[in-house]
Amino acid sequence: MKLSSKNYNHKKKSNKHSPFSIFHSQLTERLARIALTLSGGITSLAILLIVIFLFKEGFGLFKSPAVEKGYALCVNASNNIEQLTSFQIKEIFDGEITQWKVENGELRMENEEDNSQFSTLNSPFLIELFHFEDIFSLYDEEEFGENYELLPEKLGEVITQNQGIIAYIPEEYLPTENPNVKILPSENISISDFFGGKEWLPTSTPSAQFGILPLIAGTLLVSIFAILIALPLGLGVAIYLSELASERIRKIMKPTIELLAGIPSVVYGFFGLVVIVPLIQKIFDIPVGETAFAGSLILAIMALPTIITVAEDSMRNTPRSMREASLALAATKWQTVYKVVIPYAASGISTAVVLGIGRAIGETMAVLMVTGNAAVIPHSLFQPVRTIPATIAAELGEAPAGGAHYQSLFLLGCILFLITMIISVTAEILSKRRVES
Amino acid sequence: MRTQILKATILAVMILAASVFEIQAQKIKGSDTMLPLSQKEAEAFMKKNPSKTVTVTGGGSGVGISALMEGTTDLAQLSRKIKFDEKKKLQEKGKTVKEVTVAYDALAVIVHPTNKVTNLTREQLEGIFTGKIKNWKEVGGADMAIVPYSRETSSGTYEFFKESVLNKKNYMPGIMSMPATGAIVQSISQTKGAIGYVGLAYLNKSVKAIHVSYDGGKTFVQPSIANAKNETYPIVRPLYYYYDTKSEAKVKAFIDFVLSAEGQKIVSEIGFIGK
Repeated sequence: MKLSSKNYNHKKKSNKHSPFSIFHSQLTERLARIALTLSGGITSLAILLIVIFLFKEGFGLFKSPAVEKGYALCVNASNNIEQLTSFQIKEIFDGEITQWKVENGELRMENEEDNSQFSTLNSPFLIELFHFEDIFSLYDEEEFGENYELLPEKLGEVITQNQGIIAYIPEEYLPTENPNVKILPSENISISDFFGGKEWLPTSTPSAQFGILPLIAGTLLVSIFAILIALPLGLGVAIYLSELASERIRKIMKPTIELLAGIPSVVYGFFGLVVIVPLIQKIFDIPVGETAFAGSLILAIMALPTIITVAEDSMRNTPRSMREASLALAATKWQTVYKVVIPYAASGISTAVVLGIGRAIGETMAVLMVTGNAAVIPHSLFQPVRTIPATIAAELGEAPAGGAHYQSLFLLGCILFLITMIISVTAEILSKRRVES
Repeated sequence: MRTQILKATILAVMILAASVFEIQAQKIKGSDTMLPLSQKEAEAFMKKNPSKTVTVTGGGSGVGISALMEGTTDLAQLSRKIKFDEKKKLQEKGKTVKEVTVAYDALAVIVHPTNKVTNLTREQLEGIFTGKIKNWKEVGGADMAIVPYSRETSSGTYEFFKESVLNKKNYMPGIMSMPATGAIVQSISQTKGAIGYVGLAYLNKSVKAIHVSYDGGKTFVQPSIANAKNETYPIVRPLYYYYDTKSEAKVKAFIDFVLSAEGQKIVSEIGFIGK
């Protein structure tokens, strides 16, 4: 309105000073066009940059060493171990593997020992764990010299004295000159460990475990069940509102449902933790109420308003003539809904589904509060799970920038992005095919 | 119109200048555990010295130390000791930090109020939280699955419990991890087989505190401020402030206040243990 009145003013003036005004209005038009093009361009560029940033940060993970950056593992030179996998390191430092059973430079895992020939093994000896900080309890602070220049020497002494030792020390204090010390080579975090690993222990030292299988499984389980609950319910309500409800009921119900979309997700999460979780625990008689099922229920409630509103709008957009044509052909009301309204609104409904799934997969806070966040691969709906968004939200604050943990969280973000992209592209293709047919 | 814009600009410049030259303002950042303490201390301190302002934000111990590294905070509050590599990084940036212990915090192990088990040794706790002990009957309770709750990895409490109770071993994979201490108390109060750990200040009637033994079951000590103070209760950690020695003049007044009798009174009001 303002713009048009301005134009009008220009036109009025143009009667008096026409050449300047015409130039002026042309200029504004051109400027407006440039501004609009620019805003479109900038938006796409921003999105592109975010995606590039996400992937760049994420893929740095596979260049990070499996043992924490700046640290190395040392053993006594008499130990003929040559290499340890990231998982073995974790098991050793957790006290799960207690003996050096070395074969061909590799450590034998406990569960393999049954079918192995013991004769080929060197006589096993006990593993002795040594953390870097332990050195400060063995020697006095003064013995390390002013700038810790004697520290490597002392570390070397300790490693020489203990045959079964495995020491975890910073690279700059490595006793490299001591012939009795063997430094284990450090590998990078492998892609198979990341995508195939079953343990998510990102802050475990010396070797953090980044197995994302439980996280992906948890995310998919929670979201899929949320959609399975929300979709029939949402479409049902949408059909009711657009086809069956009287104008008065619709006028009350629709704003009420839309109001649900405005409730902050933390509030949903809190409601879930205090009300739904104990309820589930009681009804199903399980030890814990914080389960994937609780997450699905909360997400379903949260996705409902989006699904209902978008689907209902698109159904109501079915032209009156089409409905009447169908009724005129003696179709019942239900047949009209099923054969005319829903196919006509298919693309709108699929948008509703994509938006609903997007909300479910990306939702963080509510899920963080009700699913228990246990990083295990779930075998049923009634087990605690940990989702990708909850993991990112809970851990990014403390992950040191640029470190392996930080990069692994970015990579999780990439995976989340890919999942949602695949879903929306599939929905797009499906709805197009339906319209064509 | 034009004069209005001019006025607004002048005002904005003045505000900006005021904030730039406000040398009395100081920032504290770090551990969420210490957040209520620092906030209360800051309020009392500002009431006493109206010309000074102290702003306190949380985020976790690690966040505090990296803010100190980047110079975006004057004081870092940590619920754990500074790590060796953090100290090294600070040194690389040409900063030497000073450490001040302001209070102590005791961690209580809590269970559902109906749980029969009252005494646990450190070894039993280690077994429970690493997943070796799975049923309450193994530690003298009812035949019921144990559901251990933990804090998220970003928490200093998580690290401290791991170091002190689990002997640096990892928590069992698939432990329930909650984003906040309040959520742990809530979950444990409504889950029969639950066990978890919280700061002493969070203990209330909806959960039951376990008596802990660090000497293999000879003496079991109840978590309380008195027992933490006389050093019989074992799961106690110091709470620290760290600051750059160069900005000592700026933060000295506040730290002195916290360590004064008045400041230490606030410490015990919050539920921590004074020095």
